[in-house]
Amino acid sequence: MSTTLAVPVTIFFASIFTNNILLANYLGMCSFLSVSREIKTSVGLGIAVTFVMATTSLLNWLVYHYILIPLNLDYLRFIVFIMVIAAFVQIVEMIIERVSEGLYASLGIFLPLITVNCAILGVSLFMVIRDYDLLSSFLFGFGSGLGWFLAIMAMAGIRQKLKRAQIPRGLEGAGITLIITGMMALAFMGFAGILNIT
Amino acid sequence: MAANTKVKKVFSEALGSSNPVFAQILGICSTLAVTNKLENTFVMTLGVLFTTSLSSFTLSLIRKWISPRIRMMVETLVIATFVILVDISLRAYMPEIWRQLGPYVGLIITNCIIMGRAEAFALNNPPALSLIDGFASGLGYTYVLLIIAFFRELLGSGTIWGITVFGGWWNNWAIMIMPPGAFFMLAIFIWIVKGLWLEKEGSR
Repeated sequence: MSTTLAVPVTIFFASIFTNNILLANYLGMCSFLSVSREIKTSVGLGIAVTFVMATTSLLNWLVYHYILIPLNLDYLRFIVFIMVIAAFVQIVEMIIERVSEGLYASLGIFLPLITVNCAILGVSLFMVIRDYDLLSSFLFGFGSGLGWFLAIMAMAGIRQKLKRAQIPRGLEGAGITLIITGMMALAFMGFAGILNIT
Repeated sequence: MAANTKVKKVFSEALGSSNPVFAQILGICSTLAVTNKLENTFVMTLGVLFTTSLSSFTLSLIRKWISPRIRMMVETLVIATFVILVDISLRAYMPEIWRQLGPYVGLIITNCIIMGRAEAFALNNPPALSLIDGFASGLGYTYVLLIIAFFRELLGSGTIWGITVFGGWWNNWAIMIMPPGAFFMLAIFIWIVKGLWLEKEGSR
């Protein structure tokens, strides 16, 4: 494998495992905590997040490098990124609504949630800070989405079993979920030896 | 007098019964991400305090002209404007902390506390009270973060605000400054607060 491709591929796998957007960078916690009760809904949200993350990281890269940098409007990136994300989510929602009713019923309800998911904006901001090229940004967004998907699905599976467990009163809900997330983060740290990105 | 009791209610709710962090579980991302050092946490909470107060104030000022359909867009724009101010000033005056906070300054935009206060309070209340409400929520967020950061830095690095308090005998709990420690610490904090609270409610 040539080195030009090796870097993006490393970024892709690292963003799923070692630098998981949720477990290592704490992003997307709000929807992670509230939607991880059922496996079915978390799969729907996971797919939607992966799709939006991969596409918006691509769009934001293009906007940042071809519009903001040439115009010297670097400091406006927060507003521009969040607008791109919101507009994109809105368009996708409208298209899905027209094209497929079944898909809209299963995915559409999650789309408004995504605009305020900090992981999506986080991916775009990381991509600027780490100075990725186009391919790396896309694979980073895609991998981060998959990593988030993996984490929320695993959590939904564990929480379904947890329903039968006796939990101390103060820990019910958010408390126990955070502890399990901590354990998952601990487990994912085990991947750290394989590859790493900074 | 009526205004006075309202202000008191706003503060007691934000700091206690409906605290944004441990009661409503909002703004968790940054609660976990920036609390490994007290100094960074302090700067971050100042940024959030500034944004949440002023965006509530601004949105309340213009609330009569915001159409309900586009209010999310307007809210995001106003919040993002203040976050950009925070970002630019941090970059200019505290470049080192700005670098360490990384993307989390920008992520104040998606901090659900700010949006939540705008939706729930600022759009239905006069500007002055909204400013106080935003400030109170920011304060509720601030003190929880400072407590968590205090323990994480103390146990994880043996220091407070960068000053060594534990001597050479102390083995740093490296896990505390890494991601799993953040999750555990917040869980324990929620457990303690809810435990004390449930006990109080049970005895009533």
